[in-house]
Amino acid sequence: MEITWTVDGELFVLAVEPRVTVLDALREYLGVNSVKKGCDHGQCGACTALVDGRRVLTCLSLAVQCDGAEITTAAGLGERPVARAFVEHDGFQCGYCTPGQVCSAVGMLDEAARGWPSHVTEDVAADVDGLSDDEIRERMSGNLCRCGAYVNIVAAIREVAERASRAGEGAR
Amino acid sequence: MNPFDYEQATDVAHAVGAVTRNPGAVFLAGGTNLVDHLKLGVSDPELLVDVSRLPLDEVRELPDGVRVGAAVRNSDLAAHPLIRRRFPVLAQALLAGASGQLRNLATTGGNLMQRTRCPYFQDVTTPCNKRRPGAGCSAIGGHHRDAAILGTSQHCVATHPSDMAVAMAALDGVVRVQGDGGERGIPVAEFHRLPGDEPQRDTVLRHGELITAVDLPGTASRSVYRKVRERASYAFALVSVAAVVEVEDGVVREARIALGGVAHKPWRATQAEDALRGAVVGEQVFRDAAEAELAAAAPLAGNAFKVPMARNTLVAALRQLTGGQR
Repeated sequence: MEITWTVDGELFVLAVEPRVTVLDALREYLGVNSVKKGCDHGQCGACTALVDGRRVLTCLSLAVQCDGAEITTAAGLGERPVARAFVEHDGFQCGYCTPGQVCSAVGMLDEAARGWPSHVTEDVAADVDGLSDDEIRERMSGNLCRCGAYVNIVAAIREVAERASRAGEGAR
Repeated sequence: MNPFDYEQATDVAHAVGAVTRNPGAVFLAGGTNLVDHLKLGVSDPELLVDVSRLPLDEVRELPDGVRVGAAVRNSDLAAHPLIRRRFPVLAQALLAGASGQLRNLATTGGNLMQRTRCPYFQDVTTPCNKRRPGAGCSAIGGHHRDAAILGTSQHCVATHPSDMAVAMAALDGVVRVQGDGGERGIPVAEFHRLPGDEPQRDTVLRHGELITAVDLPGTASRSVYRKVRERASYAFALVSVAAVVEVEDGVVREARIALGGVAHKPWRATQAEDALRGAVVGEQVFRDAAEAELAAAAPLAGNAFKVPMARNTLVAALRQLTGGQR
């Protein structure tokens, strides 16, 4: 089947079998290696990308389901405050989970800006205002880091979240 | 992954017809469980009928309740103001499940249709009656820490993994399904089966019937979901409790309770509910109610801990809802 994607601002037309995942189409067909294959079973978050603005696991998405999608990988977020904060705070060691962490952080900051509650939010009926470290940890829990760089990842995201809440939207 | 055909459904009737006509066809929604099963070899369909783009993605108010479209994403449902205000137990249950990235894909209908996470079901090299009827159950004599303690059979001790469905069972939700013979409503609490001697059948659905919505009656502002698991996040429940109570002058007027992680289906705790209704709020009453429900528990050697864990989690939920300590 023929599908059309925009990946990090570039237009692609590709032919895929129904059994090809978004992750494999990106890496194997388009040479987009900024999405990582970790577990390939939805258990680690390394393959996280933004599809039509939402953070999703590309290893569990079939490419044919996403015809016309706009996909953003970490390579398309290199100049964003989140990516810079990861560098400044040393939010990675081996770097393998980092692209997924960065995409997930951008997605979750958008979710929080919309007032979405999380599992650790005291009152789910009230809009979330600001992100505590516990909130950041919970919302990022779908991204595992085997180096254990979590402390610096939280610090990086906290800085971006605080700067964004001071400046209103757009700081992400 | 074996090859299969793919078809995008244009409307509900088309989707139902396409799957009804083909015994090897299955519905595809968010894919978070099915795509994994395609990779594992647990599922080997000829045809996937994609229902994720059908116009079933609305949450809207009914005269007495809320209708949740089958294609509503778990993340959108948890964030929806109507759900957060009227059914906090459901928002909490959704937010306790999976991860942000998975909730953005997973749908209401797909969540109900997800299959057990029993490790033997997911490992095609091992015998499993649910995967291959008559093959035997590897969990009973093997690793069964996560297995069921209520409603099991000699053929299967698997649990249903959903958090969302447990909350919906306590809320008296009704699943609306469309088949080629028309529409019917099935209470969430009766939607999933106990294993009996047919553990391969998770639900009462007929082949080709499509979930179109879940109706949630009334409102349940005094409700809570508590989940106990091996880590703080991104893990399935060992046990969970969804509880909805109404208290008046210190007396329990109404109690609706469902347990997760303990059975092949969300377990509606009718014994506990009966014990609570009309009783004066208090710790001993809560304990007695929980004991009454768990009297029927038949744990295995490796998951006997789930009995006191379920009891304590239920007591804690009731305490939390009636103004006691968390």
